[in-house]
Parts: sequence; structure tokens; C-alpha cells
Amino acid sequence: MFWNLPLIAVVALILIALAIIVFKKNLIKVFLGIVILESAVNLFLITLGYREGGIAPIYTNAPQATMVLPTPQALTLTSIVIGVATSALLLSFAIVIWKKYGSIDIDRIRRLRE
Amino acid sequence: MRMSKIVRTGANLLYPFVLIFGLYVIMHGHLTPGGGFQGGAVVATGVALVIVAYSFEEVTSMIKKVGMKARESIGLLLFIGAGVAALAAGAPFFSNILANSGLLFGQTVPAGPNPGDLNTAGVIPIMNVAVGIEVWGGLAIIVLYMLSSIPEEGS
Amino acid sequence: MIPAFIVENSPALMIIVPLVAAFLSPFIGRISSTVRSIWVGGAMAVTSAIALILALDVYSAGTRLYVFGASAASAAIPPDSGGIPIRIIFEIDPMSALMLVITAISGFSIIVYSLSSERSHTGLESYYTLYLLMITGILGMVSTGDIFNFFVFLEILSLASAGLIAYRIDGGVAVEAALKYFVLSTIGALAILVAIGIYYGQYNALNMAMIAARMQFSVLDQVALVLIIAALAMKCGAVPMHFWTPDAYSMAPSSITALLVVASQASLYGLFRTVFTLYNVTLNAATVGWLLIILGVLSMVVGVTMAIPQKNVKRLMAYHAVSQTGYMLLGVGVGLAVLGNQSLLDAFGYMAMEGGIFHIINHAMYKGLLFLTAGAIFLRLGTYNLNRMGGLGHSMKWTMLFFVIGALAIAGIPPFNGFASKLMIYESVFVFNPLLAVIAMVVSILTLASFVKVFHSIFMGPALPEYAEVKEAPMPMLAGMGILAVVVILFGLFPGIVVESLIAPAAHALVDQGAYIGAVLGGA
Repeated sequence: MFWNLPLIAVVALILIALAIIVFKKNLIKVFLGIVILESAVNLFLITLGYREGGIAPIYTNAPQATMVLPTPQALTLTSIVIGVATSALLLSFAIVIWKKYGSIDIDRIRRLRE
Repeated sequence: MRMSKIVRTGANLLYPFVLIFGLYVIMHGHLTPGGGFQGGAVVATGVALVIVAYSFEEVTSMIKKVGMKARESIGLLLFIGAGVAALAAGAPFFSNILANSGLLFGQTVPAGPNPGDLNTAGVIPIMNVAVGIEVWGGLAIIVLYMLSSIPEEGS
Repeated sequence: MIPAFIVENSPALMIIVPLVAAFLSPFIGRISSTVRSIWVGGAMAVTSAIALILALDVYSAGTRLYVFGASAASAAIPPDSGGIPIRIIFEIDPMSALMLVITAISGFSIIVYSLSSERSHTGLESYYTLYLLMITGILGMVSTGDIFNFFVFLEILSLASAGLIAYRIDGGVAVEAALKYFVLSTIGALAILVAIGIYYGQYNALNMAMIAARMQFSVLDQVALVLIIAALAMKCGAVPMHFWTPDAYSMAPSSITALLVVASQASLYGLFRTVFTLYNVTLNAATVGWLLIILGVLSMVVGVTMAIPQKNVKRLMAYHAVSQTGYMLLGVGVGLAVLGNQSLLDAFGYMAMEGGIFHIINHAMYKGLLFLTAGAIFLRLGTYNLNRMGGLGHSMKWTMLFFVIGALAIAGIPPFNGFASKLMIYESVFVFNPLLAVIAMVVSILTLASFVKVFHSIFMGPALPEYAEVKEAPMPMLAGMGILAVVVILFGLFPGIVVESLIAPAAHALVDQGAYIGAVLGGA
């Protein structure tokens, strides 16, 4: 039961993030929801690689046999890097929207519909 | 908007240490936790520190966008170049041709628990350096561009 | 004839060349814009040539492996890894090769077109960098054999496309469209990442062949399948998740819209690759097949009915793109529904899949052509509004010719390529379920009606006085459209040869999961 806690946290974070993305009206808050979603997925990946009592997979022929899996960490790192690029692009969109529309309320970003 | 003299002096003092720490993280990427991205991000926080402490005009005279863009492209080209070097040597793209070769970063990794030998791991440190340069330039340019598109207070 | 070095390393070279060209183009652009045009055009030509060489090699010599960072390009399983392919592997089978052909042709003709269509805009160095990154993303997505690598290339593609959709800021409206696209595709990509985590947690592998070999179809796998289908169906613009398509397609520069069509086909490829290669017979083929069929029929019907009342010519074409995606899902979905039943597959399953896959390449060609003509009209008139156009047949004769070719192809009129693939879909789907074939035909007729209307309002009628000085589109744009038009006509005139040499191997490669696994794991 106890080792399931991170997974429960992952599910909770995903639900929170989706709720933020769907219900919040402020563009920046929506972006923060996406960042939380990314963090949830990263936590999920890291949890997959965890081995109880394992050490960081760094030294060759380390004294202990158990290491945590390095692959999920590499995946998480890649995903974090992509996340940085994503948030940067999203925030620069928000800046342009703010300059052109004078608002970052998603109810007022509706010029495409016209 | 520029901060008080205390903050600016503090930033001046801290900047070299942030830089050195970032470069350390980059160079030891194949031995300790960290690597090109993390180290580059640390270096870029140094840039952010300067931006926080000084006014925008002062920052743009200290840190040139062109230089940061050049870092970004050069880092990426160095990274790809490290992969293409393997092609030139007749191995597939990204092969670690330098590992265990006795050349640059070419020492064999010693067995058993050890503090780590910097001169190992072949092309991986080179790629870490490339990524470090690229992330330094990339993150700095992101911050600079975002800052330059926000109007100054009062204007 | 072609140096062996290039053939051997073509999977890596086709990624290296656009990447290096993309990151050098800001420096090259400082010399002069002409030098930059030559540089990016040349780089794209080289990339297309390498992709075509690779595709040719795959069609003649079978599935190609390229293992990054190994001691040899074919050493998929390192000796000390315990039989697990740990490295990033590019696995190019005929289906991937077909996508490479599409990307090579479209990518080259679109860059020729944009050399002149984008000349007067600022920020061109980022335009070409992002364009080449998009090409990299598409080429990587369709050739990779590693599911995490697929995610990375998908994200490269999304980031570059979002930047390019917002490229003409256009009072913020283009940014709004890009924002919509990018938020959706980020959430979709994260769903794919969760699915990748599920696979890794169960099977300790990221290689598609390895996952396919170990596939159990447990409850978790079903969750992963749903996540991937939802995300990739959204990315390719199938109906319940299509609402970003008209916005993004209409606000992006026309050259980019044409490339976005190819990008959505790459997502479609990912969907088919997941369903056929990762799961294949382990899943309940009839259920998932019908899921794809329903998605396809919905896309066809909703897309075309939404297209008819549009006033903006690019929005109209974008809805037609949604509608045409439905044909591909329908064709391949029928093939999937009878997967595992060899007699039904032989009777009509393969033919339906070939029709669907043939439609992918046809759609990329004629839809790209149509978007490019819309861009040419916009360049001269400055509007996409159908009500404000008219009489252009007098001044833009070549553009009119290309538009007619594209419009007849999309409506499925012989002898153009759209007819060939749609006929295959009608015939095979009719055997499977007559009602579906009837719907497909009705949609095709509505498409024709819609394009007759568009053709009439753009090109027919007297020459309007406000467009009296409108000239023909510049030469490079016509050349770009011409390449696509020639392909459309050739594929329409010789569908038999194309199907036999390009399409049928792709369809069989998709169905034959064992061959895909065997290429990596060595027959086991």
C-alpha cells in the first residue's frame, strides 16, 4: 500500500491539473495547470524507476547491488527540457496576446470566431 | 528599473561564483548528478541575476542578444558535430569513438567505488559542454526577449 | 552510382542535414538573403534526396535498421544487454519509407514556394530554422523505432509548428490559433508520455519491436492505447478533437499550412504504427477497427458539412482536410477490423488499407497544392474572403490550372489521384459494409459541390476592377505548385504502378508485425 503513494499523488496531480486547465479563466493559470500536468507525468516516470533501497546509478561497480533504474531518469530529464521549451513558448504567446488584446482572460480571447 | 546598490554589489559578487558552479556542473556531468542542461540552467540563472539587479538598458549593454544567439547555435552545432565525428570515423552517428581510446576523455573507467576520473567517458563530456553552451544561450535569450517585450513601468 | 557511405548512413544524414542547416541559417542569413535562400533551398533538396535514396533502398532491399551510437549500424542488441535493444533505433520499413517519400516531395516543393512567398516578411531566419526543424520532426517521427524517441520528435514538431502558426502575428489572431494548437498538442503529448511510462513499467523496454514482442494487452495496455489513440487522433484532426484544425490551418502562412497537412499525416502514421505494430492481433481488432471507422465517418461527414458554408477559403480547405482524414481512417480502420482473419484480409482488408494509405500520400499532395494556390491568391489579393474574390481566371491562369487539378483530385474525379484511392476505398468498404461506402460517396459528391462553388467564386465571372492590376504568382511559387501538380497527375494516371510498388508493400509491412519485430530482435 505504502509504495503506491507516489502513484496516488500522480493521479491527484493530474486531476488537479486538468481541473485547472478546464476551469480557470486566466491564461497564465492555465499554463501553470499544464506545468503541473508535466510535473505529474515526470513524477510518474521517476516512480517507475524506483527500487527500494536503491542508490543513484552513477558509480561503476558500486558497493550495493541495487540501483534505481537510470532510464526513467533520462526520460524525465528529456521531458523536463521539453517542458522548459513548452512553457517558454506558451509564456511568449501570452505576452503577445496581452500586448495585442489587452487581456489574458480566455473568455476575451475570441477574435478567431468572428 | 534598477535595484539598490546593495543588491547590485551582491549580484556582482555572486555572478562569478554562479558561473563557476554552473561550469563545474557541466564539466562533471558524466561523473555526478547534473550535466549540460542543469549546468547551463545554473549559468543562465547568473544572467537572470544580473537582469534582476540592473535596469534593462544596462543589461542589454552588458549581455548582447547576438552573443547569446551565437552561443545557442554554436552549442547545437558542436553537439551535432560530436555525432558527425563518429560518422567520419566510420561508426554510426553518435558512436562514442573517444571512449577508452586513450585520447581526450579517453581513459578507461576504473572499477570499484572511486571518486570519479574526469578524463573518461569519451564524447559524453564534449556533448555536455555543447549542451551547456546551448542552454546558457537559449535560456538567457528567452529571458531577454521576454523582458524586452514587456514595456517598462510608467511608459 | 550513389556512394555507399550515403546509403548506409542515410537515416542519420536525413536528420543531420536539416538540423545543421537550421542552426547555421541565422549566420548565413547575415551575409545576404539570397545566400540564405540558396542555403535553405539546397539543404532541403539534399534532405529530400537522402530521404528518397533511403526510401528507394528500403523498397528494394527491405527494412533498414540504424542503431545510433552502436559499434555498427545494424547491431540492434548489444552483446552485454541481455537481449534488450537499449539504444535508439531507427527502423524504416516500407510504411515509413512511404511517409519519407511524402515528406521529401512536399517539403521540397513547399520550400521552393516559400522562397518567394515569404520574401517580403521579417523574421525570416527563424522561419527557415523552424521550417527545417519541422522537417526534422516529421522525418524522425516516421522513421524511429523507439517510442520515447517518437515522443521527442513529436514535441520538436509541435514546438516548431506552433512557432510557425504564430509567425504572422496578424493582430494577435494567429497567436491565438497557435495557442489553441499548442495547448492541445502539449496535453496530447503528455498523454502519450504517460502511455510510454505504462509500457516501460510493464515491459522494461522503450523499443517498439520489444514492446510489441512482449505485448500482453492487459488493462494498463488498454489505458495506454486509449491515451495514444486520443492524442494522435487529436493531432491528425479527426472529428471530436478537430476544432484546432480550421483555426491553425487558416491562420498559418499557406506554405506552413501545406506542411502542417504532412505533419498531421505523420501523426496518423503514429496512430497506425501503434495500433498495428505495437498491438496487432492482441487487441480486439473488431472493436478498435470500428472505433477508427466511426472516427473516420464522423470526420468525413462533419468536416464536409462544416466546410460548405465557410467564407474563408483556407478555413474551407481546412475543414476539407478534416473530411479527407476521415477517408484514411475509414480505409485503414476496415483493414484493422478484419485483422487476424486471413481470408477476409485477402478478400478486401488489404485493399481497404491500401486505399487508406494511398489516400495519405494523395491527400498530402493535392491538399498541399490547394493550400499553396490559396497562398498565391492571398499574396496577390490580400484576402481569403470568398465573397471579395472573383474573375481571377483572367489574370492568374496558372494558379487557376493548379487549383482545378487540386480540386478535381480532392473530389475524386478521374483521372486524378484522389479518384484512384477513393475507388479502392469504395470498392473494399462496400464489401465490408455497404452503408459506409455510400456515406463515403456522398461525402465525395459534397466535396465536389463545395469546390465547384469555390472555383466559381474565385476564378469565374468578369474581371473585377479592384483586381485589375493583379498579376500571376511569381515563378518559384508556380514551380512549387507545379511539382505537386505533376505528382498528382502522375499518380492519377498510373495508380496501378504506384499501388503495386509503393502502397502494397507499406500495407503489408503494417500488417506483418512479426517482420517488424524480427528485424530488431532477430527472428525470435
